[in-house]
Amino acid sequence: MAKLESSSKQMDDLFDQRNMDWYFDKLVQMIVFISGISAIIFVVGIFVFVTVEGMGFLLEGFSFTEVFGSEYWEPSDEDDPEYGMLALIAGTASVTGLAMLIAIPFSLGAAIYIAEFSTGKTREYLKVLVELLAAIPSVVWGFIGLSIMNPLIIETFDVPVGLSVLNAGIILGLMAAPIMTSIAEDALKAVPDRYREAAEALGATRWQVIYKTVLPAAKNGLLGAILLGVGRGFGETMAVLMATGHSVNIPGSVFDSVRALTATIAAELGETAVGSEHYQVLFSIGIFLFLITFIINLTADLIVRGIKNQ
Amino acid sequence: MNKKQILGSCILISGLGLLSLSSSVSARTVIQNKGSDTLVNVAQAWAEEYRNVDKDVAIAVSGGGSGTGIAAMINGTVDIANASRSMKGKEIKLAKSKGQNPIQHIVGYDALSVFLHKDNPSDTLSFAQLKEIFGRDGKAVKWSDLGLKVPGCKQDKIVVVSRQNNSGTYAFFKKAVLGKKGKFRQGTLDMHGSKDVVDLVEKTPCAIGYSGLAYANDHIKMSCVAQEAGKPCVNPSVATASDRSYPIARPLFMYTNGEPKGEIKKYLDWIMSDKGQCILLKKGYAPAKDVKCD
Repeated sequence: MAKLESSSKQMDDLFDQRNMDWYFDKLVQMIVFISGISAIIFVVGIFVFVTVEGMGFLLEGFSFTEVFGSEYWEPSDEDDPEYGMLALIAGTASVTGLAMLIAIPFSLGAAIYIAEFSTGKTREYLKVLVELLAAIPSVVWGFIGLSIMNPLIIETFDVPVGLSVLNAGIILGLMAAPIMTSIAEDALKAVPDRYREAAEALGATRWQVIYKTVLPAAKNGLLGAILLGVGRGFGETMAVLMATGHSVNIPGSVFDSVRALTATIAAELGETAVGSEHYQVLFSIGIFLFLITFIINLTADLIVRGIKNQ
Repeated sequence: MNKKQILGSCILISGLGLLSLSSSVSARTVIQNKGSDTLVNVAQAWAEEYRNVDKDVAIAVSGGGSGTGIAAMINGTVDIANASRSMKGKEIKLAKSKGQNPIQHIVGYDALSVFLHKDNPSDTLSFAQLKEIFGRDGKAVKWSDLGLKVPGCKQDKIVVVSRQNNSGTYAFFKKAVLGKKGKFRQGTLDMHGSKDVVDLVEKTPCAIGYSGLAYANDHIKMSCVAQEAGKPCVNPSVATASDRSYPIARPLFMYTNGEPKGEIKKYLDWIMSDKGQCILLKKGYAPAKDVKCD
């Protein structure tokens, strides 16, 4: 018996394959696991950081009626600082709204053309080009807004200043369109071919097939694409900072200059004393933006997921 | 390459890195200088010239606005902060609570000029008129409200160009022109630097803006400013800033953490010397003391 035991131990040693490869395998497993959960760690970490920094203001100086009801943003005044975000919210909303008015027809049109009409090489080229368009850095877009769109708007519409809702809306629309196109195209591709075949068998024209069959079937995916575009518009900073004119103002027309929430953080945060009230207010704008983009992205995600589970 | 070799080379490389780091630290003192956009050109000229005075001291200059410099002073990340306004009581308190002790030094004077497009027919603006244009409850939204007709400005709307709210120029203009309780109107275009203000006003016939005298050029008009309507106005210039007859002349500050010592003291002394003050004068500001320059 004792002999058998010792021999089985010997056998264990013999079959123990824990060499370098085994440890390497374990190591890689661990690295992949950490990378896998890193996104969660970062999101939670950022949210905690932003909340902690902005909490001081939310707990003490925060007044709902002032922050969401007043249009006066004057955070650096010594005696009487004012933290009304209404004009900033109106600025962000107007620019994003106009951007969507421009981007939705463009991106849906492009997606329908790429998914339903184009074939072969044309389609491959278009897809690559759309992705390339999505990769243009936002500061380059801002630069286009500042140096090309600005004089163009001044001349075309005969207005004194071309840095306005219109300028930023067009720039932001062009920025959001490629991403929306890609996602919308995926949604259209996800509609099974038998839908189209059935519609064609009933004698529908090409347009009728798209309008009556494909678009309703892809409805959720398209809505998700639009919402992601809205999220992109809301969070965009650099291009908006450069093209809006940076003016605290509730816009009365598309030619008015405005200022966005994101641009306010970008312009002021580097220049406030850490821990001061102004600094905390900027962080509470950050919380607000974080919540809004989170809600928009979550809704979009749920809607897109909805079609996949159908 | 086996593991030992890799480890060895890593140690060697990091050792070399440390060595070069320590040698550069011992050879040169770096003075961090940050803040006011109004002062940044002068500060840069000083830093460049100081290289010839003491080549072992490097001055790293950056702009961004007085608020930036003062925030950096409060956060303790800068040796000298430039500012075109004095520190607010709140800021000094905050700095003290963080263990800094900001000391103020006046290094020169500036005339805060009101800029107009060169086609603008206006030549005198009183404080009352400026208040109507820039102030929150101001009634002047069109040039015709001031009785002016500006060629090239068809919409007649006054395009008010201001600065971002942490700028010292912004704070000084607000206090001096709009009064202690005064605030700017909504819808001003808040530019991120003095040069941006001048560029925009130069291109926009309807515009009015303000910035340091040194940013003036030939393509832009500077308004003559009268403290009270009817009283004689004063043109912004180095001379009128020096004798403080210009109504919106302001001191320019440098802040140090505690009484300056060592290299920082030497640098500030040099700035206040005839040589340093002449550089300031050449850049379009008024010196803090009487100097003779060639």
